[in-house]
Amino acid sequence: MATRTGIEVSIAVADAVKMCNVDVVAAYPITPQTHIVEHLAELVANGELDAEYIPVESEHSAMSACLGSAATGARTFTATSSQGLALMNEVVYVAAPMRLPVIMAVANRALSAPLSIWGDHSDMMSVRDTGWIQIVTENGQQAMDNTIIAFRIGEDQRVLLPVMVHLDGFNLTHVIEPIVLPAQEDVDKYLPKNRFPLPLNPDKPVAMGEFAPPFIFTETKWAQEMNLRNSKQVILQAWDEFNKAFGRKYLPVEKYHSDGAKVLIMTMGSAGETASVAIDELREEGMNIGQVRLRLWRPFPFEELREAVKDADVLIVMDRAMSFGGPAGPVASEVKSALYNQAKKPKVVSYIISLGGRDTTVSSYKDIVKKGIEIAAKGSRNEYEMYGVKE
Amino acid sequence: MAKSESEMTWKDLEIGNIVTEPGSARQYESGTWRSQRPTYDFNKCIKCGLCALYCPEGCIGQNKEGYFEANLFYCKGCGICARECWPRVIKMIEEVE
Repeated sequence: MATRTGIEVSIAVADAVKMCNVDVVAAYPITPQTHIVEHLAELVANGELDAEYIPVESEHSAMSACLGSAATGARTFTATSSQGLALMNEVVYVAAPMRLPVIMAVANRALSAPLSIWGDHSDMMSVRDTGWIQIVTENGQQAMDNTIIAFRIGEDQRVLLPVMVHLDGFNLTHVIEPIVLPAQEDVDKYLPKNRFPLPLNPDKPVAMGEFAPPFIFTETKWAQEMNLRNSKQVILQAWDEFNKAFGRKYLPVEKYHSDGAKVLIMTMGSAGETASVAIDELREEGMNIGQVRLRLWRPFPFEELREAVKDADVLIVMDRAMSFGGPAGPVASEVKSALYNQAKKPKVVSYIISLGGRDTTVSSYKDIVKKGIEIAAKGSRNEYEMYGVKE
Repeated sequence: MAKSESEMTWKDLEIGNIVTEPGSARQYESGTWRSQRPTYDFNKCIKCGLCALYCPEGCIGQNKEGYFEANLFYCKGCGICARECWPRVIKMIEEVE
């Protein structure tokens, strides 16, 4: 029986990994991700989870161990954050082209310097082009559900790709939320066994991670791109079947009062729920406003995004990371690219919010909407706006 | 492997570019890197085999007459054999000559 329980989101994510009956966890603790791997270590140590827990000496080793593990066909999980993700960066790139379905939770946190242990999306953006499937969650339930879903997507024979599940540091990892914990037998039904097609096996030796001379490298990259693009159909199917089995629906772009709305706010991650409250209040005041939430960061859902914003005049995009010296926040840049060649498109206004754990409140969102509409009408001398910076 | 690696399209690649058959590096013609090639004056050769021991590519073997000679399919033209050959059998010449 599924039960609704008050539980810390990190613990729920670890419990989800346990329900997926993971074989290997190789991880290194880092705030605000620590509770996830700490709880997994506990589950292994007290015999509740039959898995190898490898307490490695760094994140670089964590991801390296995960690649080796996934290459043998073992179900593999790790989690990290911020500097840890930066340290493992070199190895993160290797997983996707080698088609190794490692599943990783990333507790999103700012990157140094200055040192900040608090949340934003700088770490997520540092691994944008690593070829991983990247799902961004908004609350504890989504983080837990998508951890289970990630194994199903990544290990699917048509996909065989690593998957990151992003959850905002502290805003999600450290809060206690009412979460529906699925029943073990339902997870077992939803998640088939991992059947990696060419596992490391002394009886049938293969060479993995070979070098590619110029005459074949371009082909490997195109194969990687087609593989990631084609994974979208499987992601949609996995979400659809999750909905059938558990009654909770996920989409690459989720809409909230957005059909027919002239003004739209776009969010990614935990900011979405606060923004929704602002949307409710603004609609009560009579404004024709809605919200779109980006759930799938990679592969980027071009069609769904274009469809969701087609009726809007103004689209205000929230980013929790910066691209220094660049055109906008990373999400806004992507959105602008996706819309540029469309005949009918909204004006896109880019706002940077909530860096290094700063709160953006309901009244802040209402303020952003007011200013964003003004900028859309009159223009701005900035390429993008930095909300709340003290002048 | 029906096609050689240089003829393969992106659709021919194995999952994760895994190499399923041994010896695939043998197909790689590292000789194309060469700008100089070794030439031999076998009259001076004492068949000591030092050139073969020093060759970093491991591409020097004995020919029918027992003289040591590089396989130009793999020889990168580094010139180490010429440098180490004390009877001065080996001389490197530019590939254009």
